Amino acid sequence: MYDITIIGAGVIGNFIARELSKYKLNLTIVEKDNDVSNGTTKANSAIIHGGYDAKPGTNMAEFNSKGNPMFDKVCEELDVPFKRIGSLVLAFDDKDMKSLEELYNRSIENNIPDVEIIDGDRVVDMEPNINGDVKGALYSPTAGIIGVYELAIALAENAIDNGVDLKLNTEVKDIEKTDEGYKIFTNDGEIKSKYIINCAGVYADKINNMVAEESFKILPRRGEYYVLDKSASYITNHVIFQCPNEFGKGVLIAPTVHGNIIVGPNSQELNDDERNQTQTSRDSLEYIKKTALKSIEKIPFNNTITNFSGIRAEPSTGDFIIEELEKAKGFINVAGIKSPGLSSAPAIAQHVVRLVQEISGGLEENLAFNPRRKMIIFSKLSKEEKAELIKKNPRYGRIICRCENITEGEIIDSIRRNAGATTVDGVKKRVRPGAGRCQGSFCGPRVMKILARELNKDMEEIVKDGNKSNILTGKTKS
Amino acid sequence: MLNCDIVVIGGGPAGLAAAIEAKKYGIDDILIIERDKELGGILQQCIHNGFGLHVFKEELTGPGYAEKFINELKGLNIEYKLDTMVLDITEDKLISAINTKDGFMEMKSGAVVLAMGCREKPRGALSIPGTRPAGVFTAGTAQRFINIEGYMVGKKVVILGSGDIGLIIARRLTLEGAEVKAVAELMPYPGGLTRNIVQCLDDFDIPLLLSHTVVDIKGRDRVEGVIIAKVDDNKKPIPGTEKFYECDTLLLSVGLIPENELSKSAGIEIDRGTNGPKINESMETNIEGIFACGNVVHVHDLVDFVTEESRRAGKNAAKFIKNQLSKNDHVINTEAKDGIRYIIPHEIREENLDKNLDLFMRVVDVYKDVKLVIKADGEIVREINRKHLVPGKMERVKISIKDIKNKNISNITVEVQGKGKQYEGI
Repeated sequence: MYDITIIGAGVIGNFIARELSKYKLNLTIVEKDNDVSNGTTKANSAIIHGGYDAKPGTNMAEFNSKGNPMFDKVCEELDVPFKRIGSLVLAFDDKDMKSLEELYNRSIENNIPDVEIIDGDRVVDMEPNINGDVKGALYSPTAGIIGVYELAIALAENAIDNGVDLKLNTEVKDIEKTDEGYKIFTNDGEIKSKYIINCAGVYADKINNMVAEESFKILPRRGEYYVLDKSASYITNHVIFQCPNEFGKGVLIAPTVHGNIIVGPNSQELNDDERNQTQTSRDSLEYIKKTALKSIEKIPFNNTITNFSGIRAEPSTGDFIIEELEKAKGFINVAGIKSPGLSSAPAIAQHVVRLVQEISGGLEENLAFNPRRKMIIFSKLSKEEKAELIKKNPRYGRIICRCENITEGEIIDSIRRNAGATTVDGVKKRVRPGAGRCQGSFCGPRVMKILARELNKDMEEIVKDGNKSNILTGKTKS
Repeated sequence: MLNCDIVVIGGGPAGLAAAIEAKKYGIDDILIIERDKELGGILQQCIHNGFGLHVFKEELTGPGYAEKFINELKGLNIEYKLDTMVLDITEDKLISAINTKDGFMEMKSGAVVLAMGCREKPRGALSIPGTRPAGVFTAGTAQRFINIEGYMVGKKVVILGSGDIGLIIARRLTLEGAEVKAVAELMPYPGGLTRNIVQCLDDFDIPLLLSHTVVDIKGRDRVEGVIIAKVDDNKKPIPGTEKFYECDTLLLSVGLIPENELSKSAGIEIDRGTNGPKINESMETNIEGIFACGNVVHVHDLVDFVTEESRRAGKNAAKFIKNQLSKNDHVINTEAKDGIRYIIPHEIREENLDKNLDLFMRVVDVYKDVKLVIKADGEIVREINRKHLVPGKMERVKISIKDIKNKNISNITVEVQGKGKQYEGI
């Protein structure tokens, strides 16, 4: 019998798990996929928003403003890449300037520090590649960029280090209320749990409907992106937005924490049955290209290394849904976590802990809690540290990914750690072989060999991502 | 800190030939650094034949061609380190590298020869829309799986791009029992050599779809099919021409990019036409004593030409160490004019030419019955009639030394004249 079962191992579920692991609780996370951080968390803009955008009084405004300042500490503790580079919302005409004023006023109401409206000259001074027609911008220096799946993975790993149980490949099929709490039926047996926290992302309404009447719907929306090679990094040092419209914050151009440039997203409403449709389309990519060129006229799209898309969990209520269900006590929804969900995640997690404290009548602190999780990133070490590390473990002396200079040692680490990688994409999310300019054409076979050796599997069993995404189809004629 | 006369970065065909030639020109202290576990580079996975017709006057396989050089290298006692990655090169020729045995190494070299080769363009370079399932490979990765690792990458295959690797892998897959459904090529002419179109596609009845491209990839876990459409003159897909091809694999043979991240970190100037270092007649980059050769400079279609070019680089690196390279300030610049994409070398110091000058170049488009016109400071020095010019084939033009030496020429240009009759099929 678990005290708490968290459904969904995205950044929200994992953040809550790690926060709850500070207390003496018997916790589990169940995840339908074969890896953590595999849904919306895997494919978004990876921006920690300033917090000026959300309508004052909403959950989004509250948790974004509280969440943003919390990232420095958690990223330091978990060794997750995070940079507070600031953001600019560009205005090109009087109507846009009006929007900036409204955003500025919201920033005051939302209690966001240091936001200012700057004139076009200063914008171009700060970012010389921005379209010279710019009239002004809203500058929010506290906005940042983050390694979003690294964060979600680190949270899961740290939660496991502190006693949380992670069940992958476990899909919740149904939930039944019992005298002691809940019985959760999965493809892999039953789980008994006193409380449930629903962090099922784009499927959160389906989970809700297993215990209660429908009170909200998740309206899936797809956003597509370009990732440009590191050689394009000169185009901007800030997150560049255009004025928000009815579909969200519009197309942004931003550096990534790894030195690439990301351009996107668009916003496309999907049908109810399209929640896993993470494809890209020519029309959307063309739209993003055209729209982004308004902000920066010379974006080297010919240096694109990949495109991707993610599905956002737009709630029919228009705001984050974070509450215990009145008609299903002990069942907490953390649903509809659309943008700025990532930016809000640490504050949401703390809020959920408070909810659990209220519901359970108090929690006992876990004095053994260790907030730290360390990573070895070979390319960031000094000469002396590199020499020392290879002496200790020669596998750090073998480069597997030559685009990003990732060593065999780092790849083995990513497999052996808690919440470790079992797939080629899993290794890529953790330590980046395949995320560079050759997109794995050189290191792919080598990563597969390491996975096969470490997991004691045959090469043919190694998958790219999902359990059926086998890469090889057999042996050659001998 | 290690000290070397010449460090050669890369032990593929370019690095091997350069090191051997430098040794023959009297330099003993040479080190080859190779990142793979064996010498030979990409040749080791090219098990088909067709290598060596120019250099050895015989037809060899890739590993066979490599073996000749590896044996010679060993006979000459040239040192090499395998499984070793260069992390950085500085302008001052300070090289840092790592491997599992020696750990972190720093070495100072008198001269450096860059021979890192090239890499394949991935799917992202084309922004092919669709899902991101397993089963999308670059042709070279597929070739490695099949020829080195012994695994098949798919059963029903579509290939995008008719570069030589794509054509050769189409035949290889067919021989291994896979069904290659089509090779789609964006351009109105094939990318690879004619002999490969005939021997790898025509002989196996594999359709070549010119002016076609993949516009969508289907399948969530594994590729389930691709949509191919015809493209117009601007290479944009024509609505209504889309056709679904059921397949489990899509291979990409859509171009190669010289691999110059190390060159850039050393501050070497890169030519936008070749994506490789700008080099002079001695295969030296803009940094004195750093030479470059093979596919890191420009993508070749025959390894024989890589060998020739790399021998020149090796010989000149040796001359540099012996102070025998003239550093005269007077240089002749080359310039690619109408119809020419690039010319190698970019600069010529005439004192360093011993016999004739070879210019290497690629044309921009397909041309029939045209003239290659070479001019020195605007005056025609040579005209060559060509029945057929294609971008897929590197052109070599010889210029007699007497036409340029001691004439105080500052500029040599090459252009295609009499264009108009373009591609009409092979």
